[in-house]
Amino acid sequence: MLIFEHSHAGRRAQAQAPQQAAAADDLPAELLRQEAPGLPETSELDVVRHYTRLSQKNFSIDTQFYPLGSCTMKYNPRVCNSLAMLPQFLSRHPLADADTGQGFLASMHELQEMLKEVTGMAGVSLAPMAGAQGEFAGVAMIRAYHELRGDSERSEIIVPDAAHGTNPATATMCGYTVREIPTDRQGNVDIEALKAVVGPKTAGLMLTNPSTLGVFEKTIVAIQKIVHEAGGLTYYDGANLNAILGRVRPGDMGFDVIHMNLHKTFSTPHGGGGPGAGPVGVSERLKPFLPIPYVVEDKGFYRWAEEADCPQSIGRMSAFGGNMGVLMRAYIYARLLGREGMHRVADYAALNANYLAVELNKAGFELAFPERRASHEFIVTLKKLKDETGVSAMDFAKRLLDYGYHAPTTYFPLLVPECLLIEPTETESKETLDGFVAAMKAVKQEAEADAELVKSAPHTLPAKRLDDVKAARELDLAWKAA
Amino acid sequence: MPFIPHTQEDVAAMLASIGAQSIEDLFDEIPADLKCGGLEGVPAGEPEMAVTRLMHERAAQDGFYLNFIGAGAYEHHIPAAVWQIVTRGEYYSAYTPYQAEASQGTLQLIYEYQTMMTRLTGLDVSNASLYDGASGLAEAVLMAVRAAKNGSRRVLVPGTLHPRYRAVTQAVVKNQNIELVELPFDPASGITLLDALKSYEGQPSAALVIAQPNFFGALEAVDPLTDWAHANGMFAIAVVNPLSLALLKAPGQWGGAGADICVGDGQPLGVPLASGGPYFGFMTCKQALARQMPGRIVGRTVDRDGKSGFVLTLQAREQHIRRAKATSNICSNQGLLVTAATIHMSLLGAEGLKRVALASHANTKVLIEKLCAIPGVTRAFNAPFFHEAVLRVGSESGEVLRALRAQGILGGYALGHDFPGMEDAILVCATETKTGSDLDRYAQQLERILSRRREAPPCAYKS
Ligand SMILES: Cc1ncc(COP(=O)(O)O)c(C=O)c1O
Repeated sequence: MLIFEHSHAGRRAQAQAPQQAAAADDLPAELLRQEAPGLPETSELDVVRHYTRLSQKNFSIDTQFYPLGSCTMKYNPRVCNSLAMLPQFLSRHPLADADTGQGFLASMHELQEMLKEVTGMAGVSLAPMAGAQGEFAGVAMIRAYHELRGDSERSEIIVPDAAHGTNPATATMCGYTVREIPTDRQGNVDIEALKAVVGPKTAGLMLTNPSTLGVFEKTIVAIQKIVHEAGGLTYYDGANLNAILGRVRPGDMGFDVIHMNLHKTFSTPHGGGGPGAGPVGVSERLKPFLPIPYVVEDKGFYRWAEEADCPQSIGRMSAFGGNMGVLMRAYIYARLLGREGMHRVADYAALNANYLAVELNKAGFELAFPERRASHEFIVTLKKLKDETGVSAMDFAKRLLDYGYHAPTTYFPLLVPECLLIEPTETESKETLDGFVAAMKAVKQEAEADAELVKSAPHTLPAKRLDDVKAARELDLAWKAA
Repeated sequence: MPFIPHTQEDVAAMLASIGAQSIEDLFDEIPADLKCGGLEGVPAGEPEMAVTRLMHERAAQDGFYLNFIGAGAYEHHIPAAVWQIVTRGEYYSAYTPYQAEASQGTLQLIYEYQTMMTRLTGLDVSNASLYDGASGLAEAVLMAVRAAKNGSRRVLVPGTLHPRYRAVTQAVVKNQNIELVELPFDPASGITLLDALKSYEGQPSAALVIAQPNFFGALEAVDPLTDWAHANGMFAIAVVNPLSLALLKAPGQWGGAGADICVGDGQPLGVPLASGGPYFGFMTCKQALARQMPGRIVGRTVDRDGKSGFVLTLQAREQHIRRAKATSNICSNQGLLVTAATIHMSLLGAEGLKRVALASHANTKVLIEKLCAIPGVTRAFNAPFFHEAVLRVGSESGEVLRALRAQGILGGYALGHDFPGMEDAILVCATETKTGSDLDRYAQQLERILSRRREAPPCAYKS
């Protein structure tokens, strides 16, 4: 039932709105609304019960193992939430003067400094509100850099075919043409193909490392040399930073710009789709172009740097500076972990991924890159199973839900047929991983014995397999009373 | 080890299974010379108790103020139920609902949200959110340019638009060589006059942006502006405060045909101020533009048993399918804030939201009256306003606001920085959260500050 179907004319959650309706006779009638918007008319209990029950129809990290590759679904510490929601932090207006928010601004400044340290970059801005916006800021900075030098022929961004969809979409949004390059059989960027496309039109290269194939880009230094020698800049998609935190730093590898997904590596929640935070770090030459605002410190006083401080900035990404509450959670997480905890993130993320890969392989699953070490994630391909039984990666994923596990990422990256991209994260125990292996085995056996059972999964969830095609053909995007 | 459950026995057993000697071995594909040092710039880890104490100290340092700043982010009461439900792990720690059968809670909630937003704005289709109101406007401009039949890459933007919205939009669209043309506003009324549009008649533009209420809190003549846009072959893009729509005409009803795209910041619907975010951007549009929309959209469908259910739909617009040809690069959005807004709108309903809007407006009117009774304080514009207005205080506003701040009052937003010639102007807002004595306190302090300045003008100030 929808909340609208709980509605009864005249019912309201009385305690929560002003007791009286004030007059507005000063407002011209032609600007007023004639008919009230059709929102639900419900009691407080109706609402609490409805949305509590809806929540119970979700899988989440707090209730299930969620090995969704590329998404780093690790435990979101509760204390990060409760401290970020202290009333003084929540009530502060974004345009209030810096002297009313020194505690908050000091925390943001320390977060910037810590992110600089873990990435090895010269400057960091916290402004971007998600990974994709960080990418936007990064590519816009590359553009601003070339433009300032009068280097106006550079119209292309090179993107490996394994890249996340936001990479090519970002390049387009920044007014660039995308040149896609293939991946070799070991999962590395095809160097010869890179050499063939790089040239005077190259504005930059966007590289994800470890790549979305779950392996470390072995020739990462050579790749950059090729791009830099052609006059292009290099962009590091840091969505997979969990794999290298405290091990290697993009700045040391020579990258010009990186974005981080704090809603992955720094354990801020995904919230059923967002909000995230996608800070950008840059090398010395891109510092003047950083998006605003970012925190500057002057003799112990913290304030936001604005237009006047950084005239070459690519500008603002949001009206009020960014997803502060998310950044606060990331800061608190970083303080809990500290430097030794940062090293452990990559160590145990890699331990869990490699263990799970090996165990699945022993259980008869085919790894896409068996001769490579897994980074923090790895790919299983179900192509053989599909050929033999007709059970696809999608079917397999749906059946895993019946076993109480969220499915791995399916059909991404697009290069590997019938793939499951599996990322266990460091916060899961050996028992959980063993339980997942057992479920994977069980589903495989089911697929071999009774394919239909798997193809028609899930069977035990609040909804059976949903019809995507009908959803797209007969659009129903908002409720209309019958 | 914080948040890592492994015992030593676990580690040993796992390494044995892998066939590795140590965790170090797992990184043997990384070139050795790249290995980084000890991260000395990151402080040592602290236990939860110590970090809790630290954050409480920082919060106490920031304290509480009596706030009269609005300017695009508004302090409203948020029912306790909203965030208690929002922070349930099932909402808080879920990912984007790609596995629909395991995400019916989030998906149904978004469908309900989309329904509420279409009803509030009077348009056909809503997406599942964008980052914030300003980046939402940037997306609306890109969308209008993509859809414009006249092929124009020019968009008309009122001078009364929030300056930050303009800045963000500019930062995005300049990369695609889209030109934003700023329209002058009438200095007496503080709104956009049709006269200002005359010189753009007969020249192709992709869209006209209309902000209601505008940045000054003033109410624009939205009907003739919308009609003008349509008569001149361009889209009308509405930028609105969603709370105001409990009271004001829905953009879908503006003029003869209604605005084509509506965007704004959802913050007034249950989202705390929190120093600037996370908030969420909303976007609704006419049916004909649905396939040009950026961001996720939820649709209702049926499952194998014919039972109603919900999925992400129209995904062929999005980056994970269309890559370089997507309508936008957006992936993660502001889902959890949409969860808050949906619960907030359900609790308040149309009548509750209208009462909040009316009470905020009534408080602002009383405040303006009280402040304008102080010698030297006048309203800057004479157009009708909604719950926010500009005052001239006859003295450099930054200094006046600083004096108020010393008394624990955030007196409003100084306009001099963004609007040359308005160095003595303050944008003030009193929402329903303010009591009569709060308003009196502001008036008393302002009177005291201004009278002292009249008696002994600071030497730095030249009138
Ligand atoms: C490799 C990669 N790059 C970029 C992104 C985009 O991040 P966001 O969803 O925060 O915009 C993601 C996340 O989905 C990703 O996995």
